[in-house]
Amino acid sequence: MIPADPDALAQAALGGDRRALARILTAVENRTPAAEAALRILYPKAGRAHLVGITGPPGSGKSTLVSAIIANAREAGRAVGVVAVAPSSPITGGALLGDRVRMQSYAGDSSVFIRSMAARGHAGGLAPTSTAAAAVLDACGFDLVLLETVGTGQSEVEVAAAADTTVVLEAPEMGDEVQAIKAGLLEVADIVVVNKGDRPGAQRTASQLRAMLVGSGRVGRREGSNDRPRPKEPEVLVTTATTGDGVPELMAALARHRQGRPSGADDPTRRARAAAQVWAILGDRVRAELEGGSRVATTEAVIREVAEHRLDPFGAADRLLATLRTGGQ
Amino acid sequence: MPDRPLKVLIAKPGLDGHDRGAKVLARGLRDEGFEVVYTGLRQTPEMVVTAALQEDVDVVGLSILSGAHMTLVPKVCRLLREQGIDDVLVVVGGIIPDDDVAALKEAGVAATFGPGTTIGEVAEFLRSNAKPRG
Repeated sequence: MIPADPDALAQAALGGDRRALARILTAVENRTPAAEAALRILYPKAGRAHLVGITGPPGSGKSTLVSAIIANAREAGRAVGVVAVAPSSPITGGALLGDRVRMQSYAGDSSVFIRSMAARGHAGGLAPTSTAAAAVLDACGFDLVLLETVGTGQSEVEVAAAADTTVVLEAPEMGDEVQAIKAGLLEVADIVVVNKGDRPGAQRTASQLRAMLVGSGRVGRREGSNDRPRPKEPEVLVTTATTGDGVPELMAALARHRQGRPSGADDPTRRARAAAQVWAILGDRVRAELEGGSRVATTEAVIREVAEHRLDPFGAADRLLATLRTGGQ
Repeated sequence: MPDRPLKVLIAKPGLDGHDRGAKVLARGLRDEGFEVVYTGLRQTPEMVVTAALQEDVDVVGLSILSGAHMTLVPKVCRLLREQGIDDVLVVVGGIIPDDDVAALKEAGVAATFGPGTTIGEVAEFLRSNAKPRG
């Protein structure tokens, strides 16, 4: 049996009880009060892992690459946690979580922990609770945590905020140089990987990506000429995840990227991640306040006024915020 | 959240390569609103139990058409118990002779589903019998 009490559950998970860890992840996913209590204990222990986001189009080989990364990391003696997100049906709420099919070989290795998550209606490529799940794995001593997104299109860039290092996969012949300079997913890549490197055109695709992405932060700009945000300049690598070719080079690139980052709270990515989590929870809490208890009638009345076009949505939001400030009924 | 989706592992232990049934059921349960973890072919009992543990599923569904169910299913049930996983519903689908059903239930299986079972019947059984996680 595993403890039902969240504090005991968190202590058990920290002590290496994988079943307790799994149960905490369930609580996190279901956003129960037990998850909050467990995170209060676990969060201060997190912050040591390298969080690596793996994203790219459906079928580009994300799960297979994750499996190859696990193999390499295990050879180096590192413990690896994986959060693999798959889409939820917008119709039924159901989901088919199939990423484990490609990540089979680690049964009995307690230093590998793979967890599938359904996106549950969330649209940015991750599940709403993926960041918290990654923090739980981090706290429990997994020093490499991989966040695999749903198969993404051009603009599901959420993973870049959730991860320290973002790897964007491309398959060979998926587009020309114009695809490479469109805004969106490729812009958030710290490392671009052309997977399926044994297919024809892989090297050409990599060359095209390099030509269009490398140096992009400097084109037409003098040093210090302005301080507008600059695009990243990702390394472009070629891997064949099924054979492991190119994966050691990817591991080296991950390590280089991590070493180049400021540590802890000096890392703007980490600060942005902290802010995003706090704002999301704050938004949920404000909504819960307004929809709960004595305020629900006022809230519904104000929303009704908006539906009747007697009040605009901005005015409604201001009025509801004012009820929070006064603690009014 | 009381109406969160039930999480079901669909696994094929053993060496038979007939995964059509498992895939059809995985997809059908998805359409019934379940979150289905599908692990693919040729799982050892250890792999099945590892997946059940890490995914913290409510249901373990085993699909076996090889005739090896009297070896594989009790082993999966035993390993689940050894890991302390005593609150998961284990069901088996495939070609299971009537004579074996009692022994499988003795080993810890809640139900067996043979040819002709509809997806709706499976879904209904799981909804009525699985104990959702807190």
